[in-house]
Amino acid sequence: MSWAGIWGEIFNFEDYGALLGLVRNSLVAGAVLGLVGGLAGTFVVMRDLAFAVHGIAELSFAGAAAALLLGTGVAGGSIAGALLAAALIGVLGARARDRGSVIGVLMPFGLGLGVLFLSLYKGRSANKFGLLTGQIVAIDTPALSWLLVTSAIVLACLAVMWRPLAFASLDPEAAAARGVPVRALSPVFMLVLGLAVAVSVQIVGALLVLALLCTPAAAAVRVTASPVLVPLLSTVFATVSVVGGILLSLGSSIPISPYVTTISFALYGACRAAGAIRARRGWTARPGAAGRQTVPT
Amino acid sequence: MIRLRDAALAYGDRTLWRGLDLDVAAGEFVVVLGPNGSGKTSLIRVLLGLQRLTAGTVAVHGRPPRRGSDLIGYVPQHRTVVPHTPLRARDLVRLGIDGHRWGPRRSRPEARRRVAAVLRDVGAAEFADVPLELLSGGELQRVRVAQALATDPRILLCDEPLLSLDAEHQRIVAELADRRRREHGTAVVFVTHVTGARDADPVLPLADRVLDLGRLGGVRAGGVRAGEVRAGEIQAGAA
Repeated sequence: MSWAGIWGEIFNFEDYGALLGLVRNSLVAGAVLGLVGGLAGTFVVMRDLAFAVHGIAELSFAGAAAALLLGTGVAGGSIAGALLAAALIGVLGARARDRGSVIGVLMPFGLGLGVLFLSLYKGRSANKFGLLTGQIVAIDTPALSWLLVTSAIVLACLAVMWRPLAFASLDPEAAAARGVPVRALSPVFMLVLGLAVAVSVQIVGALLVLALLCTPAAAAVRVTASPVLVPLLSTVFATVSVVGGILLSLGSSIPISPYVTTISFALYGACRAAGAIRARRGWTARPGAAGRQTVPT
Repeated sequence: MIRLRDAALAYGDRTLWRGLDLDVAAGEFVVVLGPNGSGKTSLIRVLLGLQRLTAGTVAVHGRPPRRGSDLIGYVPQHRTVVPHTPLRARDLVRLGIDGHRWGPRRSRPEARRRVAAVLRDVGAAEFADVPLELLSGGELQRVRVAQALATDPRILLCDEPLLSLDAEHQRIVAELADRRRREHGTAVVFVTHVTGARDADPVLPLADRVLDLGRLGGVRAGGVRAGEVRAGEIQAGAA
């Protein structure tokens, strides 16, 4: 295939207006997903849970594959798998030191189960591939309602526990002294994170959830440390990635995931560069210290 | 302020201390010493209401200790911040005021003013907007003291806040606690680890009394009461 041919496969904007009408559901889903991923991602970065997200995603994939095989609705399957994984990680990996190995044990097991269920499944192969790499363009109205309800639960939980969770993530002892139920909060957040992963898996696929639940927040913390700006920027980055990915992929025959991951990675790269420049110009500078530094030598 | 009577704490059949009588009055500075595992942190946890006594009674401000009381400020051990934590010094102090509350934060100008005021008090105003991970260990501990003082507490509990700080910052942090009790009559319980020469220690000279939980070891077996210790002396007095 020629370069022009490949380019035409990747970017194709013929009949764009007509296509846009068909993906209204997907755009709504993408925007909501950006909100969920951006906000939950803030805590993924703060609590260093990127690996846990990946582990939950693999079990969520296994659940979705089982549901596909049994014909019982992929959404329910992915949520069940994600909650089970989140609960296991929350209980077995309560201490940060154990968590890594617990996830490392669960992840291949989940992926193996998923492969088993998919091999037994005799339906459309696009369905199989979609679970791993995303299928947002195909989202129908019942699937959208599932997604909206689950996302609303996630957002409500985050809104309620935002401050205590931030406190407990930063300084568990001080938070406990102030009356935050630190030990209960950790597994509860895991379950909320499980739900967030489950909705993301249905859209961007199990292999790519980190592009929504980690990359945008990781990009945001490179350019600001404000507890208001980080979730805000992270949400904007995640939404731009998903919605932008959908819009770019419309005319092409390629799944949306490479578009989403590339936009999200590009944003991260830009933020890292901006953060590096800022650090060199002296982000650390205190007014007093800066004054001393300007004394001519 | 604080009143312990015949207090004992045990994990299983391992008794950390027992027969402990301790009264801490307003404006008093009590230093708690003892080797690792002698129950210093557990004593703090009892006063915070996070741990129950095995026997005896404890009263804080006349009542049994309650989790998350505004009357108590707590300064934890120094620990480093996870890289890229999205919080600045100012935000850490703010958590001390309303970080335990559920639901979205409402904008409260008086809370913002209070944060600025305590940061100024501990000499941290100039790095109020610096991200936590960019603060030095000593600066971070100063901000943690500010967090503990944010609710204007009557009692300040410090659990080895000087650990892994350099000598200069040890002195600064210890003096912040001392100044607080002189200017505001806050009772201070300061757990510390004396390393090296005792006359070079930054905390001991500030103490009105010293409670040495390590010395209780000998006392423990006989169940003799330990408690009141005179100024500057390091001993577990028997009553």
